[in-house]
Amino acid sequence: MSRIFIAGLGAVSPAGWGVTALRQALDQGEPLPVQSLARPGWDRPLRARLVPNPPTRPEFLAHPRLRRTSPITHYAAAAALEAISRLRTRPAAAPFRMGIIGCFQSGCVQYSCRFYHETLSDPATASPLVFPETVYAAPTSHVAALLENVVLACSLVGDPSALLQGVALGAEWLAEGRVDACLVIGAEETNWITADALRHLDRPATVAAGAGALCLCRDPALSVGIELAAITDAHTFTSRLSRAQAALAMRRQLGPLVSGELLTDGAGDSPRTDAAERAAWNDWTGARLSPKRILGEGLMAATAWQCVAACDAVAGGRFAAANVSLVGPNQQAIGARFVAVASGIHA
Amino acid sequence: MLFPLTNSAAERPRVVITGAGVITALGRGWQTNADGFRAGRRAFRPVSLFDVSRQRVKVAAEADVPDSASPAFAPTRLSRRQLERLDRAGRMLVLAAQEAWLQAGWSAGESGAENLPLVLGTTAGGMLLGEAYYRQAIRQPSCPRRQATRAVFYQPQVQARMVFDALGCSGPIAIISNACASGANAIGHAWNLVRSGQAERVIAGGYDALGELVFSGFDSLQALSPTVCRPFDAQRDGLALGEGAAVIAVETLDGARRRGAEILGELAGYGTSIDRHHLTQPQPEGRTTLAVMGQACASAGVTPDDIDYVNAHGTGTPLNDSSEALAISEWAGPRATTLPVSSTKASIGHLLGGAGAVEAVVCLMALREQWLPPQMIFGTPDSACKFPIVHQPRDARLNLALSNSFGFGGVNAALILRRWA
Repeated sequence: MSRIFIAGLGAVSPAGWGVTALRQALDQGEPLPVQSLARPGWDRPLRARLVPNPPTRPEFLAHPRLRRTSPITHYAAAAALEAISRLRTRPAAAPFRMGIIGCFQSGCVQYSCRFYHETLSDPATASPLVFPETVYAAPTSHVAALLENVVLACSLVGDPSALLQGVALGAEWLAEGRVDACLVIGAEETNWITADALRHLDRPATVAAGAGALCLCRDPALSVGIELAAITDAHTFTSRLSRAQAALAMRRQLGPLVSGELLTDGAGDSPRTDAAERAAWNDWTGARLSPKRILGEGLMAATAWQCVAACDAVAGGRFAAANVSLVGPNQQAIGARFVAVASGIHA
Repeated sequence: MLFPLTNSAAERPRVVITGAGVITALGRGWQTNADGFRAGRRAFRPVSLFDVSRQRVKVAAEADVPDSASPAFAPTRLSRRQLERLDRAGRMLVLAAQEAWLQAGWSAGESGAENLPLVLGTTAGGMLLGEAYYRQAIRQPSCPRRQATRAVFYQPQVQARMVFDALGCSGPIAIISNACASGANAIGHAWNLVRSGQAERVIAGGYDALGELVFSGFDSLQALSPTVCRPFDAQRDGLALGEGAAVIAVETLDGARRRGAEILGELAGYGTSIDRHHLTQPQPEGRTTLAVMGQACASAGVTPDDIDYVNAHGTGTPLNDSSEALAISEWAGPRATTLPVSSTKASIGHLLGGAGAVEAVVCLMALREQWLPPQMIFGTPDSACKFPIVHQPRDARLNLALSNSFGFGGVNAALILRRWA
């Protein structure tokens, strides 16, 4: 059996740039302030939790490939660079082959909306510089160009629970020896159309943006003290398996949690949307963290924050194990378990 | 459990294809498409789906997609309400999946039907619904009618769930969006799942529909041919867009034999990597293409000398074709001078996320029926082409075919298919 470890974490969220900012916001437990998002044709703005400007302009923005990119790539790049910061300081003993798996639900909506708006206005003047940035694969590609040693890349699309399928794919690439480390990134950007759609589907939710990244590796010496212990099956919702049933199946596969473990769930501000997951975990009285309640509905970024928060809690020694529960809106329920690396593993 | 990973089998199983479904501008179903590709029929016509009066280019390979009330959907288990919610892309996907499912002889009631992975490649999913959402949100900002449905069914994972509902099965869904390599990557991922012992059977494919945003995007890049799409021709001036879907049923050779299934071909090898040169342009010498063709051969246990036909990515753009031609020429070595190559995008246009899957099915057809798909309009080959371009219909003895697919963002993929006789 291949063991997979976590070599680093990265995050960009409405709490700020970096895992420390994410941790501090979650520790405070207070929902972050909500900002206004102008919507064409409406006097009343939509609500969003936006990513604050970084304290200083990130150096990576000087890279030629990132010059015209939209915020989703900036968030993904920042989270990725933070997640591999320890790897970058290691002595270059041998060429290090990196894999990247980018996970998205809405993807590059800012440029998609802009380009389609230009098309509707007059296609003859629609910007050729904008169109390539509309594809789902653009942020993954830009991060790969930035890191230079990437040999394998894939962009996955799905509801936010698909992030854990990305982690499983990364584990597979590592187990097969195709890469030496693999970044799994969940990222989203905010746009009025995302907020507008969310208003139709989940009215109490507040849209948010950002990214989270986990760097996976096989070498325990590169680990930050966290091991991937399990990812459940993907329990797809069908006409024969409701969200509630899928959530329960995921919970059963994660096994009985013991006191002293952490549960990071996907609960937000919507009783109706959260009902299936809440029911699956209604008997859990231990520690629980619900990042979306603090940070907002960041779609794929939000599930990445969940995973980063779970791993960070284990890495910081606050919990021996952390479980991630994901019950997506329209695809599947899936869970994961991260544990502290047993002592002596570095020997 | 997705992790820990299942221990890899000591001997990796051979992977075969027992069902294939396809819809393109040439028509619906295996035989119609096989006849069209064999003859090198071209399926372009003036765009009727949206206004192109202000675009440079006004033609594309539009498919005749049955509407939701069509009897074509009768074999599916989808309700009328579900069908009405699908856009063109979703309807093409369901039809291709239904054809593959029936041909494979799989049934909803058998064991494994509730844990059948579905791997799909797409660049746009239900983008037509996204476009409709945007137009209504801008033009009638206070009108919420149908917006919630569009916001849900626009998402490719929801279209994938409709495939499961249509067929009466279920399992994990993976949506790969590596731009125009997506369909090939989806099939390659399915190959990996079966080879590694993670699945006995997989449904895989790719799909995309023509949409205004994407058409306008390629037109704005001046990537669309204002004349005729002529891949690898020295006078080529761009690509042509098309739409379609292809889905295949993939399983272990042992599994197929156990149930006495008709085997259409073997999925023998796969390679993929990323070209970090540029978001939209390939590395000029095709180094990544060369690498993935080599990977695919290595995984299939064959050499370029064994390959009988290459279905090139061959978009018809100056940059893609020169880069790919250099890569194929170098990869094939002395074999290049006699290696038949063609791009079926000359017949049906570029299907984006559907391209790799449809082109894999074209290879399957060619291997099974022993012919080469020609590009009927072809003049002088690009100077980088050391290989002959198939430009007349002809029969041929084929045992192995290789299919290339590359996407914006730089993901390259190559599949190798083997004749099953």
